[in-house]
Amino acid sequence: MTTRPTEALDRGAAPWLFAAALATTLPHAEHQPFWLSALAAGLFAWGGWLWWRNERLPGRWALGLAVAAACGGVLFEFRTLFGRDAGVAMLVVFMALKLLELRSRRDATVVVTLGYFLLLTHYFYSQSIPTGIWLLTAMTLLTATLIRLHGGRSCSTGATLRYAGLLTLQAIPFMLVLYLLFPRVAGPFWGLPQDAHSGRSGLSDQMSPGTIANLALSSEIAFRVRFTEPPPQRDKLYWRGPVLEGFDGLTWKPQIGRSRPPQVEQLSPPIAYETTLEPQQQRWLLALDVPGALGPEFALSSTLTATSREPLSQRQRFALTATLDYRFNADEEAIALRRNLTLPPAGNPRARALAESWKAADPDPARLARKAMSLFSDEDFFYTLQPPLLGEQPVDDFLFVTRRGFCEHYASAFVFLMRAAGVPARVVTGYQGGEANPVDGFVVVRQSDAHAWAEIWLAGRGWTRVDPTAAVSPARVEGGIAAAMPAGEPLPALIQLRSNWLRTLVFRWEAVNNAWNQYILGYNPQRQRELMARLGMPDADWHKLAAALAIICGVLLLATTAWALHQRPRLDPAARLWQKALRRLARSKVNCAPWETPLILLRRVESEQPALAPAFREVVFAYLRARYSGIPDDLTTLRGALARLP
Amino acid sequence: MAIVADLKRRLFRWQSDGTAPLRLAQRRIFILPTRAGLLFAAALLAMLTGAINYNLALGHALVFLLVGLALTGMVHTFRNLHGLVITPGRCEPVFAGEVAYFPLHLASDRNSSRLALELRAGDESRSVATAVTAHGLSEVAVPVASLRRGWLDLPRTRLATTYPLGLFVAWSYLQPAMRCLVYPQPLATPLPPQQPATRSGDHHGDGGQEDFSGFRERQPADSPRHVAWKASARDGGQRPLLVKQFAGGAQTELQLDWSLTPEAAAAEARIATLAGWVMAAAAADACYGLRLPGQEIAPDSGDLHRHRCLEALAIFPS
Repeated sequence: MTTRPTEALDRGAAPWLFAAALATTLPHAEHQPFWLSALAAGLFAWGGWLWWRNERLPGRWALGLAVAAACGGVLFEFRTLFGRDAGVAMLVVFMALKLLELRSRRDATVVVTLGYFLLLTHYFYSQSIPTGIWLLTAMTLLTATLIRLHGGRSCSTGATLRYAGLLTLQAIPFMLVLYLLFPRVAGPFWGLPQDAHSGRSGLSDQMSPGTIANLALSSEIAFRVRFTEPPPQRDKLYWRGPVLEGFDGLTWKPQIGRSRPPQVEQLSPPIAYETTLEPQQQRWLLALDVPGALGPEFALSSTLTATSREPLSQRQRFALTATLDYRFNADEEAIALRRNLTLPPAGNPRARALAESWKAADPDPARLARKAMSLFSDEDFFYTLQPPLLGEQPVDDFLFVTRRGFCEHYASAFVFLMRAAGVPARVVTGYQGGEANPVDGFVVVRQSDAHAWAEIWLAGRGWTRVDPTAAVSPARVEGGIAAAMPAGEPLPALIQLRSNWLRTLVFRWEAVNNAWNQYILGYNPQRQRELMARLGMPDADWHKLAAALAIICGVLLLATTAWALHQRPRLDPAARLWQKALRRLARSKVNCAPWETPLILLRRVESEQPALAPAFREVVFAYLRARYSGIPDDLTTLRGALARLP
Repeated sequence: MAIVADLKRRLFRWQSDGTAPLRLAQRRIFILPTRAGLLFAAALLAMLTGAINYNLALGHALVFLLVGLALTGMVHTFRNLHGLVITPGRCEPVFAGEVAYFPLHLASDRNSSRLALELRAGDESRSVATAVTAHGLSEVAVPVASLRRGWLDLPRTRLATTYPLGLFVAWSYLQPAMRCLVYPQPLATPLPPQQPATRSGDHHGDGGQEDFSGFRERQPADSPRHVAWKASARDGGQRPLLVKQFAGGAQTELQLDWSLTPEAAAAEARIATLAGWVMAAAAADACYGLRLPGQEIAPDSGDLHRHRCLEALAIFPS
């Protein structure tokens, strides 16, 4: 209204705008294509140079050309101008170009608004605590820029930043109220672009040598679990992912076939727990073996893998139950058993021969399995993250030549032997173990806990878990990967810290992160309903929420206004001490009248309370000296005199 | 409409007499979002949509923090005006066609400074910006273009600020009883012929400045152009200012009479001619009198006399 667009920008505002633009675009350099960051940096440098030399800004055609070139580059790189990454790239380019067009205050306002918008885009990539802090800082910088723009030259840098900080602090109560009470809508409104959630690691749905070993080097958290009762033993914690039944000689894959629902007989009472899954782009819930009753939004496959209907692209929390002692599909369909006996027609002749010789000696499936396990434990097999390369016949090579492998090698070889010996067997992948964080009691399962084990079908007992890795390295199952690895093997940095103060620090930090994830990032429509119910509004619809929000925001606004308009009289320190002396005097029944000067009051004290007079005289003279002598640091005498006044 | 007019009168009323200091209170301050504020709101809406669509918890938090920031900014914009004490000052007369400046004193008893205060009178294109430091006082002159001679009242003045964030504009209307005297625009015409009352011969514009007769101390009524700067600057400027005295000039007496102006001309033109004569006579440091219908100012010289003559011309009924 009064800000006319022609209002020219003063020169001193430009450094603020450059700093704000840099703070909001710089973190994007981490995941942007290099040429884009270089282009943005070049434009920044050009703008800075023009400002430094006080030269004319480039004309419209030059900027138009730059926009066209940048759009072309983005189109070439991302094949689109829309979508998440391309959109962010365009915003960064626009921000850099706008700095070459800083003529009026309106241009500067556009830069700041664009900066606020860019802040949001960082959350596509990370919502961690450090990101939050960095962006809060950047937001304060943007606000300071806005203050500088409107306050003009007379604002000093420090005062501007302080003012921006004050505004941010005063905005925080509004944020909290809105965060809790703003009627939450579960997104998305429209289909998310393909690249909305890319680049996240996790278990894959197939297994070939090396797939799990890759994960083992990552200390990223896969999920966190809270048990209502004390957690079970570590060696009972098998978190079930995809079950792989098909084998092509190298890779294990899930077999798609119609099967009847699983039948589980529970032999122990179910235990309840709550799991918070990190986003992983798959549907598996990675439930504890074997999962119990599931809600309607989940499904249980015929191989007992609990899945969700939608890919888990967000961090999500589920309440689940598990039965540790069970009987699973004791009468399995013949077609399923046949599927789990299938091997490629040729390959790995030595392994086949070995299995057949075992079968000829003793065809009992349980004893065959024990034989295979004792092969791994008694002969010189080693558990290692850096297995040698395997040749054309991977199972033969592994069993008879290299004898060094990670869990997928053992699981694969074991299932191969069992199938060759006529025992239905399959590979199960998932996670094993987990570490209880002593700070908050959550069991944390990391990518490094990824694991593969085997299941064999025994008549009368159904599918039974066999973990061949346990035969080679019992420590892997009981103590985790750090305990299992021989010294000198590369391990995720975190896991190497066996036990020292750094490890406690890591635990603490992860507990804070967990709280952040659970209570702040995990706040969703459902949690909002729960909170409202706890606050006594069990049926809070958006009308009620909006009304509550309006009332609380109104009160907050009034409080802020009252604070802003309240003018605290500023007493100088000597006067404050003098007031204190008068209060003390009032206790001895001498009240200072408004018209009484210190000296007149002293005369009255001398006549009314002679006992007090000597001490009071000191106070009076010290006060007069402090207040009127012009020596500012004379307060110590006054303080001393005041202390001696009864 | 009568209600609106009444409301306006009540809202924008100064105080009883319009000259006392005015303290801006809640009911005088209005606040609305600016265009930048609307842009900001649109950006927030887009950000909220994005945050919901991508389910970004921190995105929600950011949007809500920015909403809080805007609300806080609104309070601070309001605060930038609230409690400001405005006292009208005295304005200097101007000639018609010049810009009249209405001085206002803005005083703040707040512990923080108030920046970016903009004052604009009526529909003026010109505005003036100022700032008041903590517990400070600032004098600001509101410009108003003067068009006609006579008294120029300060139109309703808008005191506005968008500080600190520019998302909201808070404004208040001031209408102190201030007026500025606007002299007629002088028309440069040769001075009328000398009246017989004068002693010496023909003198035109430069009369009375030919024979230098000495220095005398400067009186406040002396025109600055007669100050003998060189002579005054001697002795390190310790002396009082000196004025050159000329023989003859002081005694010249001009009678600037309404009847001497061309009768055919319009009244305004005649007044302009008279004003031009007053200026010329004053520049010549002559002793001149002014005679208007029903009004006469005895011959005299000096700035005060000039002002009296021009004032009489300014408020002369047309």
